[in-house]
Amino acid sequence: MNASHVAKMDAKDGELIDVSAGLPIKLGDQTLFAHAAGVLYWPDQETLIVSDLHLEKGSSFATKQVFLPPYDTAATLDQLSRLIKAFKPQRVVALGDSFHDGEGPDRLSIKDQLVLTTLVTGTEWIWISGNHDPDLPDHLGGRVMEEIVIGNITLRHEPTESPKNTEVAGHLHPCARIRGRGRTIRSRCFVASSTRLIMPAFGAFTGGLNVRDAAFDALFPGGQYHAYMLGSKKLFPIANSSCLPG
Amino acid sequence: MTQSLDPISQNLTKLPPAFLAWFAAKGWSPRAHQLALLEKAAAQKSCLLIAPTGAGKTLAGFLPSLVDLKDRPKRKLGAMKQGVHTLYVSPLKSLAVDIARNLEAPIAEMGLPITVETRTGDTPSSKRQRQKLNPPDIMLTTPEQVALLLASKDADRFFDNLTTVIVDEIHTMVTSKRGDLLALGLARLRTFRPHVRMVGLSATVSNPNELCQWLVTQDDPEEPREADLVVADGGALPDISILTSEERLPWSGHSARHAMGDIYQQIKAHNITLVFVNTRSQAEMVFQQLWHINDDNLAIALHHGSLDVSQRRRVEAAMVDGTLRAVVCTATLDMGIDWGDVDLVITVGAPKGASRLAQRIGRANHRMDEPSKALLVPANRFEVMECRAALDANYIGDQDTPPIVDGALDVLAQHILGVACFSPFKADALYLEIRQCFPYRNLTREMFDKAIDFVATGGYSLKAYERYAKIKLTVDGTWRLTHPRVAQQYRMNIGTIVEMPLLNVRLTSAKRGTNTRGGRVLGQVEEYFVDTLAPGDTFLFAGQILKLEGVREADAFVSKTSAKEPKVPSYAGGKFPLSTYLADRVRSMLADPESWKTLPDQVQEWLTMQQAVSVLPKRDQLLIETFPRNDRFYLMAYPFEGRLAHQTLGMLLTRRLERLRMRPLGFVATDYAIGVWGLKDMKHMDMGALFHEDMLGDDLEDWLADSVLLKRTFRYCALISGLIEKNYPGKEKTGRQVTMSTDLIYDVLRDHEPDHLLLQATWADAARGLLDVRRLSDMLSRISGRIVHNSLERISPLAVPIMLEIGKEPIIGEANDMILAEASDAIIAEAMGDFETAEAVRDRQQEKKRERKPRG
Repeated sequence: MNASHVAKMDAKDGELIDVSAGLPIKLGDQTLFAHAAGVLYWPDQETLIVSDLHLEKGSSFATKQVFLPPYDTAATLDQLSRLIKAFKPQRVVALGDSFHDGEGPDRLSIKDQLVLTTLVTGTEWIWISGNHDPDLPDHLGGRVMEEIVIGNITLRHEPTESPKNTEVAGHLHPCARIRGRGRTIRSRCFVASSTRLIMPAFGAFTGGLNVRDAAFDALFPGGQYHAYMLGSKKLFPIANSSCLPG
Repeated sequence: MTQSLDPISQNLTKLPPAFLAWFAAKGWSPRAHQLALLEKAAAQKSCLLIAPTGAGKTLAGFLPSLVDLKDRPKRKLGAMKQGVHTLYVSPLKSLAVDIARNLEAPIAEMGLPITVETRTGDTPSSKRQRQKLNPPDIMLTTPEQVALLLASKDADRFFDNLTTVIVDEIHTMVTSKRGDLLALGLARLRTFRPHVRMVGLSATVSNPNELCQWLVTQDDPEEPREADLVVADGGALPDISILTSEERLPWSGHSARHAMGDIYQQIKAHNITLVFVNTRSQAEMVFQQLWHINDDNLAIALHHGSLDVSQRRRVEAAMVDGTLRAVVCTATLDMGIDWGDVDLVITVGAPKGASRLAQRIGRANHRMDEPSKALLVPANRFEVMECRAALDANYIGDQDTPPIVDGALDVLAQHILGVACFSPFKADALYLEIRQCFPYRNLTREMFDKAIDFVATGGYSLKAYERYAKIKLTVDGTWRLTHPRVAQQYRMNIGTIVEMPLLNVRLTSAKRGTNTRGGRVLGQVEEYFVDTLAPGDTFLFAGQILKLEGVREADAFVSKTSAKEPKVPSYAGGKFPLSTYLADRVRSMLADPESWKTLPDQVQEWLTMQQAVSVLPKRDQLLIETFPRNDRFYLMAYPFEGRLAHQTLGMLLTRRLERLRMRPLGFVATDYAIGVWGLKDMKHMDMGALFHEDMLGDDLEDWLADSVLLKRTFRYCALISGLIEKNYPGKEKTGRQVTMSTDLIYDVLRDHEPDHLLLQATWADAARGLLDVRRLSDMLSRISGRIVHNSLERISPLAVPIMLEIGKEPIIGEANDMILAEASDAIIAEAMGDFETAEAVRDRQQEKKRERKPRG
């Protein structure tokens, strides 16, 4: 690690998370708080929800000799640690695709393993399994579940078309594009109606699927949703009519 | 050392009788430089031949090989095949094909036992396989194919009999990444065959010594070695003139509509005319306008890069057959292909560089003893000055080809993997070999080791990927491929030309929007241009104003619209920026009223007016004008540094003005000047501080952090270096997917390892490419302390052309043109004010009368 790298990391560590940088979203009879960093905090349940970490995506590509910068896991865990420190939740739910592939947990560096174990053992930790990580190993700690129902809301990885309950899911990596000042801006976003919410992907190397893609049509009939776009220090609610395709 | 050419008679003895007889039968005699190259070959010397087009340059290059091969003993049945004797490398596939055709004639006519074959990306794989087993005596190919051949396991055997490498159009290759790739390949060939001779063929360049050094091994940067230089007799001076049209000279724009009648008359008066333009859209426009007035139905064709290949080939064939009268074309016809009996070259718009002009003029008249004939058609008043400067330069033989820069690091990485695909290598030996290439002569060992590390595992300071390495250092001290799959991937991704992702522009209706399958395809447009648009935005494409409905996969859906002006000015892709050399000459011309005498009256009048109303800057000064107009405040600066540098300057200036709360609204950049407008008057600002060099520090950093341009440059470097791959065995990643993921990689890399090799390569590219930061920086230091600021009450004559560029693009269609013309007149009247001559008013009234429809 070179000097400039260390300096950069230090600066980031010093940055404090502003827990108010977000917006409340009403989901069924519950109010959840969507944060600009891409996590969802549920005050009544003291639960923090984070989706699609895709840890070890960089090393997953490396096994195919595509050498992406090997800093994605550390960056993702670092950001998550700071959010957990700031929100102090009783429970953390990782909403699936926490690792990019099944061998991901075995490729964690010692340092990243340590950071992750500290996180997992510090709270009640629940791994929801996703399509990228269907069989998470026990040694990671925490509980592995297909889905979990908390206070009438079902938390699962893949959104279902007509869920019984109000639903929070991930999987789709939503992002939205809007125009302003003669140019267009694209960023990750939460997508929510009154009965369902799709989480943005949290991992450093996770790309995005535009909310105007057909995959969202079946989940939000008639385009009844708002996109909450992630800004650097704020969350921006955008009506679906302002979201651009592409 | 320059070779003084011996009298021909002394050298004729070097030519075998069969060749002498062949020349005699043709009614030709060998030229001095052709014989000089024979002499070089006999002495085993590498050389650079500089010759104008039509001087028999290609034959000169091949003559020694033909003579040598004439006596090569025939292979006995069952004996080992003989390898390639002469390797010819050209920048264009089509040029290689053309040269093969030209070589066949003398070989057949003299009955020489010589085989000639091309090997390009278009060569079927069965033929390529066969060529490896049974190579031709002379192989004609491209830099990418050379790299591929060198990366195969039997590369050394394949080149076992190689004696000569001929690099054609070498001056165009050495300033690009393809040149870097080829330089590295030639160093490999020299390692295989230490005595191989390099022969460079070039048009006239500003610094031939650089090319002479590029061709041979460099072992000491302090004492560069050079190939021998042979300069052919320049032939007759070209006959170049600037069109003096009766029509009024436009103030701005690039369409040259005013000159179409004159151009048409010139086409009529000549056998075959090449009409060069600078952009694809200009080509379309000029072509349409010429056909509009083509009452004699002359065979006028169109040739540019976006056209279908088969259509281009048809045009080329028709030219060779002599059935065409004119071809409207872009840079695609700049290079040395012999297209038959062209007797006039017209360039529409300014040539942007003196050497480019010389090259284009060379397309006319392939008999070098007669003067080539060329006509320059400036499209606006600034271009008149630029044409004048280029013309003066051409007469006095000045050249402004760009210097060769240090070799690119992404190309180096690609090459290192290629070397490993051939065989395991030792780092020490490879470093020495690479340092012998001219572009890499200054490469440090540290940087070279970083490049190896990059190839092996990505070159990160955090060593996480050792066990997945592509190449590994083994106990015997060599670097080896870890898996044959790596070589397969390398072969699929070779090259330095990264295709920009293109979208089809598909016509739909506003009602159907993107809910349609079909729709006529109007053409293709760069994806990043569409990315700057939102549905509903209007833009100019294929000569009409279109509205974007939306994007789906690889299609951009558009509908026709009645909008009068496009909201987004069209992307000026393919435009060359003004060369530094011409810029300097235009600045001198502005400063020296004596020199205006050679300019048309209208231009003289314009400059005289500027002198009276405002000032004209001295050659080393920067003129800045500020003035109010229609509730807006304008700042015009005239650096003459080319569009790219001006665009970067515009970005930085508006950022700066924003921070100073001057509320800038926008800017426009041309080749000559930049205009910024806003809501606050900028006349009291400290211009020295505003244009201070320090804007290249933090402001540039900040802007670049989010710059789409830099991310795009990064993507190219990532692809060329092999960090990510365009093609995987069995599946192809589309351009769109790659774009997304490289942006994420860029962000993480910038955060965690800002001095990574790939970011260094990206920065080096940006500095001289899309952002032209180097030129901007030179300019800012040049003008420091030499700014002349003139605060005006109203727009100045010099500002008019820039003002007219704001939000406007030339539009086809009478109605639109009239609107533009009227809008222009209002501004011109304001600028020229009382100084306008009665003559100018009369001219314009006449023009209006012509445009008005007859009543009743």
